[in-house]
Amino acid sequence: MAAIDETLDLAGTARGTRGRPAVELRDATVVYPGGNVGLDGVSVAIERGEFTFLVGPTGCGKSTFIRLLLREIEPSRGQVFIAGRDIGALPRRKIPKLRRNIGVVFQDYKLLPNRTVYDNVAYSLQVIGESRSTIKSKVPQILRMVGLSTKLNAYPDELSGGEQQRVSLARAFVNQPPLLLADEPTGNLDPETSLGIMQLIYRINRAGTTVIVATHDSEMVDRMRRRVIEMNEGRVVRDQMGGGYRA
Amino acid sequence: MRPFFFLREALRALRRNAAPSLAAFATILITALVLGVFIPVVRAATAKTNEVRNKIELEVFINDDATRAEVRELGNMISEIRHVESIDYISKAQALRILRQRLGEKSSITEDLPGNPLPRSYRIKLDDPQNVDVVKSGLQPTAANGEPRYISPAIQEIKDREDDTEKILSATSTIKILLASLAGLLVLASVLLVANTIRLSIFARRREVEVMRLVGATNWFIRWPFVIEGLLVGFVAGLVAVALLWLAKVTVVDPWSDRFALIAAPETVEFGLLVVVLLAAATAVSALGSGITLRRFLRV
Repeated sequence: MAAIDETLDLAGTARGTRGRPAVELRDATVVYPGGNVGLDGVSVAIERGEFTFLVGPTGCGKSTFIRLLLREIEPSRGQVFIAGRDIGALPRRKIPKLRRNIGVVFQDYKLLPNRTVYDNVAYSLQVIGESRSTIKSKVPQILRMVGLSTKLNAYPDELSGGEQQRVSLARAFVNQPPLLLADEPTGNLDPETSLGIMQLIYRINRAGTTVIVATHDSEMVDRMRRRVIEMNEGRVVRDQMGGGYRA
Repeated sequence: MRPFFFLREALRALRRNAAPSLAAFATILITALVLGVFIPVVRAATAKTNEVRNKIELEVFINDDATRAEVRELGNMISEIRHVESIDYISKAQALRILRQRLGEKSSITEDLPGNPLPRSYRIKLDDPQNVDVVKSGLQPTAANGEPRYISPAIQEIKDREDDTEKILSATSTIKILLASLAGLLVLASVLLVANTIRLSIFARRREVEVMRLVGATNWFIRWPFVIEGLLVGFVAGLVAVALLWLAKVTVVDPWSDRFALIAAPETVEFGLLVVVLLAAATAVSALGSGITLRRFLRV
């Protein structure tokens, strides 16, 4: 599959990376310019295929965690591994390839405003140089999966929040990345719509993708009973399998 | 690189989000118009200045008792001096006519003269007015005893209207410096203005760029559509500016040109060349500006 770059073996087929966690932070510390501490010596490993919630109050470091994995920021200390590879050691020009292997979903959807639903999803395939025919078959397929097959030609500002988030999910998953990161994916949505989004994410996880969801949505966390990593002031304060939003 | 894909992307951005590009378009259009008017004016003014400078000449007066052969030989000698462009022989009768012309109404006083006291002369045109001293010392080299001597006994006197020469030289070089600095300032202002507008139009779309980076687009994948968009905007703006200039030239300047000394000057820029320069500059500045400005938002 074109989406998987040989340098980032999230599927775990190459020798040496087999059996390594999908994501691993070792003593990762992030200090923002100005002195704010985003993460404070976090060490955590997330296995392949796991579904993990990242919970905690605003400013506890959840978003920093996600941005670190995308290499939007670099740790001031410690290391970040994805599929056993130290992404801090990646040369700058390899960063786009890293990101192509990670699907991302944000609270504010981050869709391209001048593109239709179809083109927004197609963009992440165009980026990796997929052929037109592949794009033509994959995009409607994934949009059917998220339930938007009737809105292919709508622009983002013509959609509801839930629909926009589904486009964003479709875009994140269309090239079937082995890792999906979601930063408050249901933060702007009502409970019912949130449930639909979370079900989609769960489906993606069941297909084998490692999923990390940063969220405030206690109801959702309690209902799903997955691994919960709770953070506070940049530290991991709880890491519990099948946990609820509160200990 | 996939040129058609990037071209489609650029066109999409123009179609769906024209406002920022429109600002860049207007800025480039106006700048090109101003330059399009200013460049010919500067060129014409420079040409006029040069014309004035070329009036600087030397005059060699000839002894009345010199023979025709001596005069002819003197003419040959002068022609061979370096930096002499051409010489004109003025006979006594011609000198008198010139004097009468200059006196105008008062020319009648020359009728009281006993015969014609004016000497024959050679008027020397120089290739460059700066070389006036070189030619002078060519006519009057320093002899072995250290005294300056004329190259021919036929020479009575050399005049270069020293005062005029000085004045013309200093006035024209002031004008040239003024024009050059004005042109420089205008070009600088244009570049800054265009750069700033482009920066604003890209700033308006920085979130778009951020999203593209997050889905793993490489820098050039993001940049090409912007560069092509800048190219198109610059080219069209340049084209419109040229069309307007042409309209102005045909409707205003050409019919009136005999009334404006500057426009009628022999050396204004050829319109075709001006068109090419303006188009190329508008396109290049716009495309490069877009590509370079984007760099700030492409840093990881």
